[in-house]
Amino acid sequence: MARKTIKVDYLARVEGEGALTVVVRDGKVRETQLRIFEPPRFFEAFLRGRAYTEAPDITARICGICPVAYQMSSVNAMEDAFGVTVDGPLRELRRLIYCGEWIESHTLHIYMLHAPDFLGYEGAIDLARDHPDIVKRGLALKKTGNALMTLTGGREVHPINVRVGGFYKAPRKRDLVAMADEVKRARDMALETVRWTAGFDFPDGERDYEFVALTHPHEYPFNEGRIVSNKGLDISVRDYNDHFVESHVAHSHALHAHIRQRGAYLVGPLARFALSFEKLSPLAREVATEAGIAPVCRNPYQSIVVRAVEVLYSCDEALRIIENYEEPDRPFVPVEPRAAIGHGASEAPRGMLYHRYRLDDDGTILEAQIVPPTSQNQPSVEEDLKVLIDGWLDLPDDELRHRCEQTVRNYDPCISCATHFLDLRIDRG
Amino acid sequence: MAAASKPKLAVWKFASCDGCQLSLLDCEDELLDIAGAVDIAYFLEATRATVKGPYDVSLVEGSITTAHDAERIMEVRRQSKILVTIGACATAGGIQALRNFADVKAFTAIVYARPDYISTLATSTPIADHVRVDFELRGCPINKRQLVEVLSALLAGRKPITPTHSVCIECKLKGNVCVMVAHGTPCLGPVTHAGCGAICPSFDRGCYGCFGPMETPNTPSLSRGLEGLGMNERDLQRVYATFNTNAEPFRREAKRHGA
Repeated sequence: MARKTIKVDYLARVEGEGALTVVVRDGKVRETQLRIFEPPRFFEAFLRGRAYTEAPDITARICGICPVAYQMSSVNAMEDAFGVTVDGPLRELRRLIYCGEWIESHTLHIYMLHAPDFLGYEGAIDLARDHPDIVKRGLALKKTGNALMTLTGGREVHPINVRVGGFYKAPRKRDLVAMADEVKRARDMALETVRWTAGFDFPDGERDYEFVALTHPHEYPFNEGRIVSNKGLDISVRDYNDHFVESHVAHSHALHAHIRQRGAYLVGPLARFALSFEKLSPLAREVATEAGIAPVCRNPYQSIVVRAVEVLYSCDEALRIIENYEEPDRPFVPVEPRAAIGHGASEAPRGMLYHRYRLDDDGTILEAQIVPPTSQNQPSVEEDLKVLIDGWLDLPDDELRHRCEQTVRNYDPCISCATHFLDLRIDRG
Repeated sequence: MAAASKPKLAVWKFASCDGCQLSLLDCEDELLDIAGAVDIAYFLEATRATVKGPYDVSLVEGSITTAHDAERIMEVRRQSKILVTIGACATAGGIQALRNFADVKAFTAIVYARPDYISTLATSTPIADHVRVDFELRGCPINKRQLVEVLSALLAGRKPITPTHSVCIECKLKGNVCVMVAHGTPCLGPVTHAGCGAICPSFDRGCYGCFGPMETPNTPSLSRGLEGLGMNERDLQRVYATFNTNAEPFRREAKRHGA
């Protein structure tokens, strides 16, 4: 057959709404389109005229799966604009709430959205029928992530305790210490999760990605660092717009991001892992090495193992923070607004999330720019499909469609996030 | 029990952040029991497998912002015996209803380089503006305990117990010191629908109204109190114009202060 179109009209097990079209001509993939038809919600427009204090609560609503990422990138940007430094226990608490979000979001994706692809199930509910203990382990692990977010943030979806300058209320040492045993159990489950996922049968698919992530001299990145790639990029967060550009394509409500003069790049677990492997906890490094993915993993299907390693790291890091925590004198640093431009970035579970705000002298938002990880990864998803599908064109349509969906799910695409994002259509003519 | 005899549950998404449907997956202790009690017939965030309607219970997340979605909700209604809206978007239009007070063309031009690629309605409206809704669950996001209560009640054929009083009552039940009276912290608790468990005041912060208006709220009276705490007209307008901005009592009060 010379021409063929394969379509997935509603991609399942992704957060949000999207579709995929693959056009095949003369036995070659000619075009792939990841179409995001999540309706636009216009956050960057209605943020204009709002107070800087409202940014963490409002931008959290971009995504119910990773609200902490939005809160952190927005407070980082505001604090950059106003020249405020948040350090000591408050800085540690911000890492702790992020640990909670990584554990919750990654575990949701590993167990409920991604693993069923490798094991031949339609979803976690079917998986639970045959393997209840596995799914129960995933749920227990996810619950610990949520408990960390609730302890530090007040609730797991759209936490209420984050503010510019710190928190509304700092948790008591005794409340954190009371969670230590649960986090230790979670760490054991995370270790089992790495070993379980490492045993999956992975399609071949190594690609020479340009990995981009925040990197910090001493820490695996959450909230701070320079924007670094494995192909020579090393810039301050403030210079983001000089090096990256977003373009608008007809087939998607998500803007596509590129590195100027170079093209597609990849953010997320594979990128962080490749750029900051040495900064993982000793246990996470050891287990990743045992799993055969260290120190760089270029096969997007193995991202599930890397996510599991990051869950393990997050448990270790949460334990470190809990053990060393000292209650701060006050829950936030005072903030004095001024007319300025602020840039902020943090590492959402799916990858780097950039915010930029232009602010008036009383802290009113005049302009907002938000670049979520899914729109940064969208060109890379399309390239993966273009490169990888060629080898699978002999598969029956159902299997091919499933393989394409799985390829998209490698990215844990958060379509609601891609404010400005999937249906698989394979057009074989 | 054979799968076919279990009630069929569907979960639908319109314009939203996915947080409310995530609340169902966040019921870690109850999820497998729920999956045992119902046939999860349509829930794309969780499974590729779909079963055709009609459905016994449909949970609807998100607001109506496109012509396509306005048609899709009609079909969801036709296929559903009981339709429950979950969260502020489906129940009141969500934060994206801020467009209802602005020029959506200008909004499109701010966010998108090619506004001609975007098709959207001028308004974000709640599900009840389009079809009959059998039960509304409040919150941005919903409270997962309340979601479990609604599902249990519907399965048992009784009315869900979700109190309609204000957040103030939840603070009293919890033994919180009033943040407004004791610390002068502006708080929407007196006019806001209960359900969250008074989280914000428990964290030394004023309620910001994410569960929307309670039944018959006295917003003008609260606004006078908030003015007394130093809020100006612009602050007052903004405080009502957030996640439930299109809910009538909040909309009216925001307009009174210049929205």
